[in-house]
Amino acid sequence: MNAIEADGLTKRYPPDVQALDGVSFSVPEGTVFGLLGPNGAGKSTTVKVLTTLSTPDSGTARVAGFDVTREAAKVRRAIGVVAQNPGVDGELTGRENLILQGRIHGMPAPELRRRVDQLLEQFGLAEAADRVARGYSGGMKRRLDIAVALVHRPKVLFLDEPTTGLDPEVRAAMWEEIRRLAAEEGLTILLTTHYLEEADELASQLAIVDRGRIVVQGSPEALKGELQGDAVHVELAEPAQNGTATGLLDGVPDVRDVLVEGTVLRARVGNGATALPSVMAALEAASVSVASVTVSRPSLDDVYLRYTGRAFAEADAEASRDSSGEEDR
Amino acid sequence: MALALRHGTYMMWRELLALWRQPWWIAVTLMQPIIWLLLFGELFQSVVEIPGFETSSYVDFLVPGVIIMTAFFGASWGGMGMIEDLNRGVTDRLLVSPLARAALVAGKVMQSAVVILVQSLIMIALALIIGASFPGGVDGVLVMLVMAVLLGCSVGALSNGLALYIRKEESLIALLSAVQLPLTFISTAFMQKDLIPGWMQTAADFNPLNWAIEASRTAVLEGGDWGFIAARAGLLVVVLLLCGWFALRAVGAYQRSV
Repeated sequence: MNAIEADGLTKRYPPDVQALDGVSFSVPEGTVFGLLGPNGAGKSTTVKVLTTLSTPDSGTARVAGFDVTREAAKVRRAIGVVAQNPGVDGELTGRENLILQGRIHGMPAPELRRRVDQLLEQFGLAEAADRVARGYSGGMKRRLDIAVALVHRPKVLFLDEPTTGLDPEVRAAMWEEIRRLAAEEGLTILLTTHYLEEADELASQLAIVDRGRIVVQGSPEALKGELQGDAVHVELAEPAQNGTATGLLDGVPDVRDVLVEGTVLRARVGNGATALPSVMAALEAASVSVASVTVSRPSLDDVYLRYTGRAFAEADAEASRDSSGEEDR
Repeated sequence: MALALRHGTYMMWRELLALWRQPWWIAVTLMQPIIWLLLFGELFQSVVEIPGFETSSYVDFLVPGVIIMTAFFGASWGGMGMIEDLNRGVTDRLLVSPLARAALVAGKVMQSAVVILVQSLIMIALALIIGASFPGGVDGVLVMLVMAVLLGCSVGALSNGLALYIRKEESLIALLSAVQLPLTFISTAFMQKDLIPGWMQTAADFNPLNWAIEASRTAVLEGGDWGFIAARAGLLVVVLLLCGWFALRAVGAYQRSV
């Protein structure tokens, strides 16, 4: 059975931001699903619709078996949400934050007390439990945020960019925790991220979102598997005139999907070891000087490139430029 | 309704805990009405000598005015906390929980009510110390507390509703500042009604702040005239319902915009 089903969701923010443009996907119960895309792609809006914060303009969605617009109250009882913007109350202690959430969910006091102690222990917050959350470190605040989302034992957990702004070690610990939640507690987790390696690490299924649409979905392995052969990544010594380098590789056998951005040339080849000499020869023949060349197995970055025609980092930077000063959609 | 009230008390608990942990806030909140009472009492003490001024002690006259004014000012800043919650993501987290929508505003308004009661009791104690008398007795004082809470809850709900529409601290501060003092001066807070200019008397008749002040003063200074007091209380209940309705609409409008 599917814990989340989204069907043709659209959402437009006046005057002209089409945040969602027909988003459909489904998440089987007990799995971790990753929504991957650059800033502004529509990930956060998808989460807002699925968690009943926003209503879609059209399309339907069911979460934990309930319709997000017609049965919003039932959805709210079944979900836990960790938003991008941490909703922890800084003036309350960690324990009080947890108790407030439990009360809102109508948990009986003795059960709530036990659950709060257990979560404080589980998330390494027992010592800091009675200090106000304002003084917590970034990692502690994030852990408290997740603990708050779990107080009432939700069936579906939404994590919107759970590791953005965290140090590498803290991020690694967070990944460990997310894996544990999925494995031991049988939670269904929907995770949005704009870190490719995060989606690769955590999600058993993922969808790549770009400009309000889902461009492809599948398991990370399957998506990478569809890209046959190896990725060639050439650093040019100076920016290529657009198209020049692309055209040059036209005649080289076994080369496809050539893309040039600034000083970077990417291409796919059937077999890196055999294709490389002819690629180098073709570039040399055109007197294009090369700074470095790498050959790698396909990564999610290549999957992204293949389906959107843009490199991920490019799209992310572009989106940040577009939306600078605007709130995150 | 019962759920909204229960959730409202949870949210009030949260708000009061947060306030309790700000020693500066507590100090200022306690000091401010004391300063007003002492300062205005001194500043205007010769008012009693104006021919036609009917109360023999200006402090007796002033106490209801300052208590209602303190409730009005304090509660009118209520929307600032709402904007802070909006900015910190607290509101969004609450909106995706089963919290009754009304409790989002009700918690903050109930917190204001508690603060108003505490402040008022302190001012009453202080007034007794500096020699004020309450001829209307305990009944009169209770009426005054009810009026302060009714007005405070109305203004608090209004301020929270405005905050949900405006969402910018600077704009809300500008708007509130623009109405607070005029409403205070177009009232009988400091001066007997027939001694203020005619147009102001007319304007004061439409000022809810003045309704609360006049009802409180009647109750505290004279006791009787329950018809007048009940009529003013009725008007304030209508204002409270309107402000509450506005605040609920504002919650809906906010949610549609995210």
